[in-house]
Amino acid sequence: MSDFLGWIATLPAWLQIILVIVAFLAVIGFLLFFIEIAPRTGRRYTVIRLAVCVLVPLLAMLFLGSVFWAALIAAVLGGGFFLLDYRSRQGAGYLFQLVGFLAPAVILLAIGLVYPTIGTTIQAFQDNRSRDFVGFDNFIWIFTQPYGIRVVVNTIVWVLIVPTLSTIFGLAYAAFIDKSRGEKIFKALVFMPMAISFVGASIIWKFVYDAKPVGDAQIGLLNQIVVWFGGEPVYWLQNSPWNTFFLIVVLIWIQTGFAMVILSAAIKGVPAEQLEAAELDGTNAWQRFMNVTVPGIRSSLIVVLTTISIASLKVFDIVRTMTAGTNETSVIANEMYTQWKGFETGRSAAFAVVLFLLVMPIIIYNARQIKKQREIR
Amino acid sequence: MTAPAGIVTAKRGVAGRILDFFGKGVVNIVLVIVAVFWLVPTIGLFLSSLRSSVDNSHSGWWTVFTRPAQLTIENYSNLLGNAQFMGSFLNTIEITVPATVLVVVIGALAGYAFAWIRFPGRDWLLVVVIVLLAVPLQVSLIPIAKLYGDIGLFGSVVGVILFHTAYGLPFAIFLLRNFFTQIPGEMLEAARIDGAGEWRIFSRIILPLGLPAIASLSIFQFLWTWNDMLVALIFTNATSQPVTVAIQSQLRQFGANIDILSAGAFLSMIVPLVVFFAFQRYFVSALLAGSTK
Repeated sequence: MSDFLGWIATLPAWLQIILVIVAFLAVIGFLLFFIEIAPRTGRRYTVIRLAVCVLVPLLAMLFLGSVFWAALIAAVLGGGFFLLDYRSRQGAGYLFQLVGFLAPAVILLAIGLVYPTIGTTIQAFQDNRSRDFVGFDNFIWIFTQPYGIRVVVNTIVWVLIVPTLSTIFGLAYAAFIDKSRGEKIFKALVFMPMAISFVGASIIWKFVYDAKPVGDAQIGLLNQIVVWFGGEPVYWLQNSPWNTFFLIVVLIWIQTGFAMVILSAAIKGVPAEQLEAAELDGTNAWQRFMNVTVPGIRSSLIVVLTTISIASLKVFDIVRTMTAGTNETSVIANEMYTQWKGFETGRSAAFAVVLFLLVMPIIIYNARQIKKQREIR
Repeated sequence: MTAPAGIVTAKRGVAGRILDFFGKGVVNIVLVIVAVFWLVPTIGLFLSSLRSSVDNSHSGWWTVFTRPAQLTIENYSNLLGNAQFMGSFLNTIEITVPATVLVVVIGALAGYAFAWIRFPGRDWLLVVVIVLLAVPLQVSLIPIAKLYGDIGLFGSVVGVILFHTAYGLPFAIFLLRNFFTQIPGEMLEAARIDGAGEWRIFSRIILPLGLPAIASLSIFQFLWTWNDMLVALIFTNATSQPVTVAIQSQLRQFGANIDILSAGAFLSMIVPLVVFFAFQRYFVSALLAGSTK
């Protein structure tokens, strides 16, 4: 606005007057349009409304040169029409309340999630300046380079190992701890890493993995143990491919507590009669566990597995903090950041899209399982 | 042992109880070993933070047990005098508190609308919200960074708060809507007949009854925001960075500044740990609510 006024001030006086009058008339016309024409019903008015909804954002895009402003104007216009339309049907109070309750969430979601998701998808098909479309080049770059393949493979290794081991450990711990003494304290100890940030956890484990040259005093616990047993200190985070597994240990350390808490609650929900009936049939503890308890907590197992899978797919902080992706430990989320830092927005966006595509089936599977479960109930 | 364990231990006193505790057989021993394994890394960091930098670079933290004299709170006093670090600590609070409050308020409003206000397209909008649950935060970073650059929010605390708020919303709406729908509809009907408007119903019935879910959500959102690094790494600069980013940037010279790192990391963990242990009940119930619904 101030730019506009400043620009007007540089023009000759007569032009200024005309421009101000035109602007004034435009504003009046706009208001009239909203008050008078917009709320009317009838086909002609619907067409006018549609045209305005499309044309005004287009004009805004031409003059202001910004997709963001055009989208904003389109949203405001569309929202305005929607409101006026419903105002006539439901009464002013209803509409006011509905908007009051929903608008903040809808606006934030639209700008924070919907718009960027679309934007990133488009950028994934553009060059590093987001100007020209390059087709699938960015994706081809990821999947033809040894380094890019390595990144994707690492991510898949994370997703295969972390959920499996965390769930097995969590389930075993939950089963052993059930009805034992000090259950609450033991649970809290294992669950505690959930409250620690990934960065904090990474620092904790960096201390554990620290390595000093042979002969020097070790300050990392793991190497000290190796030395105590007469071995030579190992550079845990440098030797590929094992370094990825040492990073994975950190996430397992964090997620086991989550699995344990959920599964422990589920185990308590398994009907005691079923277990007693199985016991009367002469089964041993292991058979009871595998044939009664595990099927009884199936839905919780799925939730735990899917939740941890998603967390492992998105893992960033641990890799960034501990190795920054060096020595072939990089994962998709980390590579996305690295490419972005290196001004390769196209490649970075392509990594983000790959991540989204990998997360999507897990969520769909989870949602379908939950729906199925509800139908049974 | 025929008598119930509780009665026996009550007679035997503390020492007896400890014996009893470990006398429960292999299971307890295994549990203790696992718990210790889970705890040792954290204890290691804590003890390192209580040693001088010279000690930390020349010997492991376990030497504390043989030479307790090396313990010092010097690192913490240094850290409290470090303006940059304390600034980042304040930034974390400045980011976390508004981001939590905003998510809870906006999420509760929308959750109520989804649960109890009839409007066209409600189910579709809810499906959109659930799909948005799947969007990884990474997808939004580049366009939002560009947007913030255009409107001058880049590098500011406000930008980080808004981002966290937007990303907290799908889960907040999902959780609160599910909880709010379980509130008996007759109560709301009665209030409507008495002439209460939506806002009155929301503040007098929904909020008090929904308090457990709101408490769970607050804790979740608080921990997520407090522990975040990626969002802050991209959207903040040297003056607005939170403590996670400050610690991460110290890592480049790992070894040279173990004292700052360990004390800083531990300091940054204290707040979430206190929140976690104080509200553990709500935290667990939120996990369960999110999983079984």
